[in-house]
Amino acid sequence: MEKNRISKVDLIFENDGTLVNTVLDKVKKMNPDDIIMEMIDSGLKGRGGAGFPTGLKWKFTKAENSYDKYVVCNADEGEPGTFKDREILDRVPEKVFTGMAVAGYAIGARKGYMYLRAEYNFLLKGLIKKVEEFNKLLKDKGFDFNIEIRSGAGAYICGEESALFESIEGKRGEPRNKPPYPTVAGLFNKPTSINNVETLVYATVIMKYGAEKFKEMGTKDSRGSKVFSISGDTPNAGIYELELGMTVAAFVDEFGDGDTKAVQVGGASGICVPRKKFNDMIIGYEGVPTGGSMMLFNSSRSMYNVLKDYLEFFAEESCGQCTPCRVGCQQLLRGIEAVKKGEKDPSYLETLKKLAQTMKISAKCGLGQSVANPFISIVDNFREEIIY
Amino acid sequence: MAKYNVNLKINNIPITVEEGTTVLEAARKLNFRIPTLCQHPDLCVAGNCRVCVVEQKGAKTLVASCAMPVSEGMEIFTNSEKVRTARKHIIELLLSEHNTECTSCYKNGKCELQSLANEYLVNEKDFIKLVYDKKYTIDDFSPSIIKDDSKCIRCQRCVRTCTSMQYVSALAVAYKGEHQKISTFFEKPMNSVVCTNCGQCVNRCPTGALVEKNYIDQVWDAINDPEVHVVCQTAPAVRVGLGEDLGLTPGNRVTGKMVAALKRLGFDSVLDTDFTADLTILEEGTELLTRLKKALVEKDETIALPMMTSCSPGWIKFIEHKFSNLLPNLSTCKSPQQMFGALAKTFYAQKKGWRADKVVSVSIMPCTAKKYEANRPEMRDSGFKDVDYVLTTRELAMMIRQAGINFDELPEEKYDSIMGTSSGAAVIFGATGGVMEAALRTAYEIVTGREVPFKNLDIIPVRGFDGIKETTIKLENCKPEWGFLEGAELKCAIAHGLANANKLMSAVANGTVSYHFIEIMACPGGCLGGGGQPIPTNEEIRRKRMEAIYEEDANMPIRKSHENPEILQLYEEFLGKPNSHKAHELLHTHYTKRKRY
Repeated sequence: MEKNRISKVDLIFENDGTLVNTVLDKVKKMNPDDIIMEMIDSGLKGRGGAGFPTGLKWKFTKAENSYDKYVVCNADEGEPGTFKDREILDRVPEKVFTGMAVAGYAIGARKGYMYLRAEYNFLLKGLIKKVEEFNKLLKDKGFDFNIEIRSGAGAYICGEESALFESIEGKRGEPRNKPPYPTVAGLFNKPTSINNVETLVYATVIMKYGAEKFKEMGTKDSRGSKVFSISGDTPNAGIYELELGMTVAAFVDEFGDGDTKAVQVGGASGICVPRKKFNDMIIGYEGVPTGGSMMLFNSSRSMYNVLKDYLEFFAEESCGQCTPCRVGCQQLLRGIEAVKKGEKDPSYLETLKKLAQTMKISAKCGLGQSVANPFISIVDNFREEIIY
Repeated sequence: MAKYNVNLKINNIPITVEEGTTVLEAARKLNFRIPTLCQHPDLCVAGNCRVCVVEQKGAKTLVASCAMPVSEGMEIFTNSEKVRTARKHIIELLLSEHNTECTSCYKNGKCELQSLANEYLVNEKDFIKLVYDKKYTIDDFSPSIIKDDSKCIRCQRCVRTCTSMQYVSALAVAYKGEHQKISTFFEKPMNSVVCTNCGQCVNRCPTGALVEKNYIDQVWDAINDPEVHVVCQTAPAVRVGLGEDLGLTPGNRVTGKMVAALKRLGFDSVLDTDFTADLTILEEGTELLTRLKKALVEKDETIALPMMTSCSPGWIKFIEHKFSNLLPNLSTCKSPQQMFGALAKTFYAQKKGWRADKVVSVSIMPCTAKKYEANRPEMRDSGFKDVDYVLTTRELAMMIRQAGINFDELPEEKYDSIMGTSSGAAVIFGATGGVMEAALRTAYEIVTGREVPFKNLDIIPVRGFDGIKETTIKLENCKPEWGFLEGAELKCAIAHGLANANKLMSAVANGTVSYHFIEIMACPGGCLGGGGQPIPTNEEIRRKRMEAIYEEDANMPIRKSHENPEILQLYEEFLGKPNSHKAHELLHTHYTKRKRY
């Protein structure tokens, strides 16, 4: 694609009444290894944000020798600024279920769980009805697989895969030590493939159109398209499916309000790209990756307030188990407040940046590790706004 | 399954270890010490404090060495610049959240966080002090344990102890993020939740967040009061632990030195809980045989069997909460501490010609639950509080240090008499299986007229640290009055640590097992691993204490409770016979059903 233009795509929400049946019938005739090869070939990477190659995840899970295996759909969409999974679950839930069934067939799992964030409980009733119909369809088609929906209780940390498992198991949602990874010992300590809602829909799409068509889109490191949740200072807030590989500049051209000074890519735990870097930054794994959240800020916004808001969020949503994250988040928050009030010298920001760096390398899970992303990118690029 | 060998390098030094070994363990083999806080040898891996992070070549982040298994070709650096910076940051972060008024802390000098702060020369001023904004309150409602959240570093050792090791779950993690804390059910005080006061959390807390409630000042006051007579008793396990807190290595038997120290501290009578341990055997053994007779001969179906021991107050509170339908199975015997207390203010006071209200009874225990037990309303059968103050082994060590006594150089002295003589059967009360062994030595002989058929009276099957032990003793050629037991197999089980107790009780409650007699101790290893024993604790230390206990037994001139001459004298002069009316009045008790919440 051309990096300096955006290109809209219509795969996820494509209206195709025969899709579920087509894909399930097609998959049933395929060898699980061929399905996994197709997924690897497509280059699809996890759409939740971490970007692990989906096909490999399936391959690793399949390779484990265990009677019980699980497919888990991570529908705990908690990243601030992300709301695409809600739309997917509302409009095309059967495509998500189909993706889970495909994954289950490929890895040899007989049970799938969808973990729905508590805030989406308004969808629960409808989803349960649809999943019951879907389970019946699977049975009719001869799939030994069924799906159950579990509801979260409102903790951001439960979007972290191992905390999510703990939560499904009825325990306090705290991340586990890794290794072992979920593909070896995940839910109930059994091999588990955990995929984001959107990833599973793309799996369905790839099964329909084949890896080739998916691969045509995007770049070498970021194949295909992705659903973006666009918010902030934009006249066109909403959900858009776009081909990957555009620059931030191209994105801002389309969605900005003409006065965009920064884009927060990937939600609160992502990286803040300032105007001067719009042209250099590609939205994707070669540049700034995102789980879908794109927040635009114009010159009326105080980046101090933006950062403070994020830090308040993290200080509250850290599970609290590991020291760097629990105390680090509080220190970063209190630290910028103290600098703002003049209680600490502006040079204290350097101390805090070093602390953020320690959090990045020593926190137990992705939450604590990624707090450094917004912190360092905002402090570096908007230092004056933080101090004065 | 055979384990593979894994080759790796730590700080450029090659090492080969078994698969499944952690990086931390491998580093220790090479004598590289990596600091730890949440890690504890008795507990499962947590990996949450992060002070043990090390650098792994090629990894994006540092790794927690306590949780990271070794892998082939791995290259680890335990002391790189990156590691040192991160580690120092982490210690500073912990301190920013920690009440650092160390000089007034009970754990001053014995705090693992304090040692790390010292070792890493932390600059506390780097970060903003967070602890004072959190408005922590100290929970000192429990008679045994004080919980001070301002000193908590959230390592969750206590939670893992309380849930996995003890199956009590009085402590759990509550809230998240900046508000995360270790809490009880609905943040109720420790004395009104399911806490058994076992103190295993205290034994494992790296800081001063969980400590025993100490009664040192009260005991000094009593000693200094010329109007009162202060009588002290020392539990079996204290004599094999005390040395550790006074500079000796684990496994030292310090009975004589301990007695000398107690006399120098100013106690008026230095007596032995072992005496009432022997008494317990006579009371409990008689109770068991009576129950068996009623059940087997009189076919009385109301008799509860198996009978269970009642020496461990943590266990008592556990069963009261969790298996209250099994309370009739508990022996009605008070614990040796409480039998002693009741006698101290009656029999002993009379012997000495002291007024009971002028006797202060102090016990030295390896236990924090004993503090709770002494405060139970049932424990006032002498007409007064039977045991006034309970000190842990650690508190006694502290008093000895305060008094400036050079413990190691003390001569060995003997207990006062009466109530100071005991048997080898009594001292093994301090180890798991000990009460069982002592009871069998006496009961077998009562029934058959012969010694238990084990070499040197050592009933090996009931010894050791297996979680649940079982043994069966066949009763043959019984005396005529015990003829109904002829050929019977006495089935016994022993559990230590409340998780094991829970397993055994579930089996008993389900009827999947059948025993006549069960011994339970709340703490791992029995009293020698009690919540009041010196810190640190681990299986190796507990094993050394156990070996010392059995050595002590082997060296005693009397090995069987029923041969203790002072016990015979007590019955003759005061109690009559075992389970007599008077014995029941003073030495037996009842239990209370408690809810889970």
